[in-house]
Amino acid sequence: MPEVTFTQPSGERITVSADVGRSLMKVAVENLVPGIVGECGGDLSCATCHVFVDVPWVAKLPPMTAEEEQMLDVTAEEPTAASRLCCQITLTEDLDGLSLHVPETQR
Amino acid sequence: MTADSDLLIIGGGQAAGELAAALRSRDWGGSIAIVGEEDHVPYTRPPLSKAYLRGEVEAADLYLRRPDFYDRHGIAVSAGVAVADVDLEAQTVTLDDGRVRTWRKLVFATGGRPRRLPDSILRSAPNVHYIRTLADVDRLKAVRTDGASFVVVGGGYVGLEIASVLRSLDAQVTLVEAADRLLGRVTSPVVSEFFRRLHRDRGVDVRVGTAVVEYQYSDAGNVIGAVLSDGSRIAVDQLLVGIGIVPNDELAARAGIDVDGGILVDRFCRTSANDVFAVGDVAKVTDLDGEPPRRLESMPNAVSHARVLADYLSGVEQPAVDPPWFWSDQYDIKLQSAGLVVPDDELVIRGNPDERRFSVLYLCDGVVTAVDAIGSPADYAAARKLIAQRVPVDAGIAADPGRRLLEAALASAGTTD
Repeated sequence: MPEVTFTQPSGERITVSADVGRSLMKVAVENLVPGIVGECGGDLSCATCHVFVDVPWVAKLPPMTAEEEQMLDVTAEEPTAASRLCCQITLTEDLDGLSLHVPETQR
Repeated sequence: MTADSDLLIIGGGQAAGELAAALRSRDWGGSIAIVGEEDHVPYTRPPLSKAYLRGEVEAADLYLRRPDFYDRHGIAVSAGVAVADVDLEAQTVTLDDGRVRTWRKLVFATGGRPRRLPDSILRSAPNVHYIRTLADVDRLKAVRTDGASFVVVGGGYVGLEIASVLRSLDAQVTLVEAADRLLGRVTSPVVSEFFRRLHRDRGVDVRVGTAVVEYQYSDAGNVIGAVLSDGSRIAVDQLLVGIGIVPNDELAARAGIDVDGGILVDRFCRTSANDVFAVGDVAKVTDLDGEPPRRLESMPNAVSHARVLADYLSGVEQPAVDPPWFWSDQYDIKLQSAGLVVPDDELVIRGNPDERRFSVLYLCDGVVTAVDAIGSPADYAAARKLIAQRVPVDAGIAADPGRRLLEAALASAGTTD
């Protein structure tokens, strides 16, 4: 099972492993990772699962849809070039080791 | 005496699941039990009338957390069991199989059920559908849609979302709304008209200001026709009724808890009884700074209540601060709303409905109180901030779609200083 590390604003690192095919938002929520809210359940309607992807991984993720790009306008913390909504990232074997930073605020 | 659970939640929907998880994420150490009537661990309802009906996601994808989550976090879920009776003094519940459970704190997360047309108007027939649960939608998914005639009674969001999916599945859809416009209770005429045209352009036969006065039945008892108040008759293969939700507050009322169209709670979700709380669709909040009591039927509201109560039980009195919000997906259109629309609000329209990209701001005394944004997430985001912060804006400046809304608001705030 691939492992993903969510680094908290405090610097605390939370590493979880999960099944391939699961959305990263759901993986985070099931493991009670603080700072990933996922309020709308993955319907691209709330932008409360915002993450900053560690730079080496940015290009390895599937490209954003126009809808995800629009919804990044709605995040509580200013998005950057490394911003994604983690409900739109599906876990694959290739993402083993993926490293993400959780923003200070989501809403 | 040791209680079976420190916290017992009646109802197994999203509010229940979120409350249990929120308590565990706050390191709440007591034992938690969820007793729910449906045969599922807590799941999220919004995709039922969208991606799930379209067949794009499976039931397991609707689960908020996988079944093993609850075991791992010490949450005992009893699915497929109803609570028959609550005794506040003894601090017990009696389940419908006769078992008795004791608790220290009790939460009603009993939600609502579809409002039914009376049997005197519409008898129950195999091809009549009410939409609330996974089982309801599974039943609907089992019927043939290709070329079939569906009649949807009720022009609210659920009816409209289902109409949009049915059209994409090649069904013929007639939508009948008794009021003179769609979504009449929740939005302004301009948004109602937008959705009427959207559905009409996609081939839905939208009839507003029209009621069904008679249903016709086959010998086998199926509805085969609907006669409208204008005298016309529509053939029916399947009938969907979406005319609102009735709160499941009877159990609480029988236990002696104050109810009035929902279980009455304060902003911390406390009911009139000690150590008894209510969250989600069933809870009617009474202490809203002079606003009338209100009960909201939305997933974000359920989640918000769950968080407020989890905080409260963890010793943090933090009432909800965000304005209520909501979304709907129909065809390729996304609507995002925040705040509550009041009939005499001033309307500011940004953008052009003909381009399917516009937003409506609702102003009361110059302050933004609500927004409906269609294909305009930036306006939605900005308006949410304006609503929360009660920033006064100039309607003329805010209406200029050439300006970003937040900038426009700041400019108008400057002019009013």
